[in-house]
Amino acid sequence: MKNPTTPTSLSRRDLLKRGSAVALGAAVGSQAITGFPTIWAQNIKNVTLRQFGTGVSNINAVAKKAKEDLGINLELTALDTDATAQRVVTQPKSFDIADIEYFTLKKVWPSGNMQPMDISKLKYFDKIAGTFKDGKLTPSSTIAQGTAPHTVSFTDGPNSKSFSKSMTNWYTMVPTIYNADTLGIRPDLIGRPINSWTELLNPEFKGKASILNISSIGIMDAAMVCEAMGEVQYGDKGNMTREEIDKTMAIFTEAKKAGQFRAFWKTFDESVNLMASGEVVIQSMWSPAITKVRSMGLPCIYQPLKEGYRSWGGGLGLARNLSGLELDAAYEYINWYLSGWVGGLLMRQGYYSAAPETSKLHMSDDEWGFWYEGKAAKNDIIDPFGNKMEPAGAVRDGGSFLERMGNVKCWNSVMDENRYMVRKWNEFIAA
Amino acid sequence: MDHKSPLSTLLQISPISLILGFFLVLPIGTILIVSFWDYNDFSFFPDFVWTNYSDALGSNVTYKTYLNTFWYAGLTWLFTFLIGFTVAYFLAFHIHTTRWQIVLFLICTIPFWTSNIIRMISWIPFLGRNGVFNTMLQSIGLIDEPLEFLLFSDFSIVLAFVHLYALFMVVPIFNSMMRIDRSLIEAAIDGGAHGWQMLTNVVIPLCKPGIAIGSIFVVTLVMGDYITVRLMGGGQRASVGVMMWNEISLLLYPAAAAHAVVLLAVVLIMVSLIVRVVDLKKEL
Repeated sequence: MKNPTTPTSLSRRDLLKRGSAVALGAAVGSQAITGFPTIWAQNIKNVTLRQFGTGVSNINAVAKKAKEDLGINLELTALDTDATAQRVVTQPKSFDIADIEYFTLKKVWPSGNMQPMDISKLKYFDKIAGTFKDGKLTPSSTIAQGTAPHTVSFTDGPNSKSFSKSMTNWYTMVPTIYNADTLGIRPDLIGRPINSWTELLNPEFKGKASILNISSIGIMDAAMVCEAMGEVQYGDKGNMTREEIDKTMAIFTEAKKAGQFRAFWKTFDESVNLMASGEVVIQSMWSPAITKVRSMGLPCIYQPLKEGYRSWGGGLGLARNLSGLELDAAYEYINWYLSGWVGGLLMRQGYYSAAPETSKLHMSDDEWGFWYEGKAAKNDIIDPFGNKMEPAGAVRDGGSFLERMGNVKCWNSVMDENRYMVRKWNEFIAA
Repeated sequence: MDHKSPLSTLLQISPISLILGFFLVLPIGTILIVSFWDYNDFSFFPDFVWTNYSDALGSNVTYKTYLNTFWYAGLTWLFTFLIGFTVAYFLAFHIHTTRWQIVLFLICTIPFWTSNIIRMISWIPFLGRNGVFNTMLQSIGLIDEPLEFLLFSDFSIVLAFVHLYALFMVVPIFNSMMRIDRSLIEAAIDGGAHGWQMLTNVVIPLCKPGIAIGSIFVVTLVMGDYITVRLMGGGQRASVGVMMWNEISLLLYPAAAAHAVVLLAVVLIMVSLIVRVVDLKKEL
């Protein structure tokens, strides 16, 4: 990786080469997060951990770096969002670490196939953002609708299958990543400003729109649209009544029958292909998918909309069957994950790290300014894989962290009427 | 023939019984059992409820989806039959040396050297709005606006099915045709039959077993498919397979199992109808 020249990018090996005294100093210093890598446990070398998750954060670069720093073998499997829930529930022995979203966690936690984490063993707990503790981004912010991560983050004890309303010493999952989602557009093919969720169903884009076919997320995008149109008023978009679900699906079914949608997508790559090929000009999209379309040289904007964002968060959870040396290795891996290098990798793709302070040490000031603070880039912005993403002078769509995450209207969620919603969603897909 | 002892008979039938038992009876039995279980958001558990069947059979979506699937199966059958019959006829009656028959037959199988997913996906850039075909039509001035129905439509789904399954029609029909005694055809021509009469009165009746076997392949493959409909339909079209896949991805295994049992029954009925029209045992 050709990235920052800050001292933080020195690997442990580099330090060891320069003399053990320096390394020792670094190890001691790292307790207070100086940005120097920690000396990680030696006894976990060559332990294999099997992790699955969505394509979002299951990147080979992470496995490679984990091998370098910790010596562990990380086996990654990328699945679609629904398949991650299936894996936890139906194949609990097939993984050690689940990299899943919070709404998925709400669905699968009661199965008892995951074990909570002892917060006192987490080195960087104090660096984790408030969103994943008491739910508050800043002390004055209000909590958005839906399955906000903090509502499913804590549990009462090592064997509990339920969630605790307040903070405890048992974390269901260690948060790693989150972001604010909105619609992606092809400005060159639209040719006018877009500023509302209602545009997804605008007949102007007939046959050129798309929505994602993952019911828990798709229904939220649909609700954002219906609410913006003024067609449906929701008590809580994250926990709709049957009547609200019916109204929402009726509006979307009508649009579907009128030919509004070109396709529905289920995986990240499908959304990229639809956008890049020009089959679709406006659709539900995820941040790195926008990045990927742009890196193909095509204009694509993650359009901030006046009604606000739909947000999601993800983290790492432990399999119930994990014990002994593997369990130690998993804790060590998770501590390493939050120590900054991975956070920097995620931030430089447009996500937010759940422990932003530590990630900052692995980003240049310009990158931090661009991705987190919403400042104009001083130099070209390069993604972690060496592709140029933005020219100097560019500003991030939607601005700073606080502007984006501060404008979240709902979280991806699992509703009380989930079973009903799923049935209605399937009828919509089949309509 | 030697009289076999009961033990040797048992030994002789045991391999096939074991294989069918493990790979056919056991899985289908499991599906049947699970189809009566109950479920919630994150797990399913033993029970004996009819709700999975009443949900499946009581919903309009199920019937619409079945109609849709029959539509795909019918169209695919029609086109694969026309193509399969024509290709087989050409190979069997117009190519006179065995060597060339083998060579041309192998050429028919070339598309099958790649995986069916790749064969399917390769249609997407070809048929897309800005795809090869639309660009070509526009550049020679045949159309002004790209043809939207080419991709993510019933058209693209059936096209992919025909592409994938035509060979399943060619092979059994060709096989039947090769068994036709040529002197029967000569006799028909000597008796004054012209081409069409010879085809309908001699060739087609004698090809019935091949047509029936090919039809069983095509119909069962299309009825159970989900990936072709999902990829070529842009996730917007429904088939029975897609419906089950949706349920599986949402962890509704008992509901999916009930649908699987219903589909199995429907396909068995279809196959039995085909077999009723053509007595395969007698013909083979």
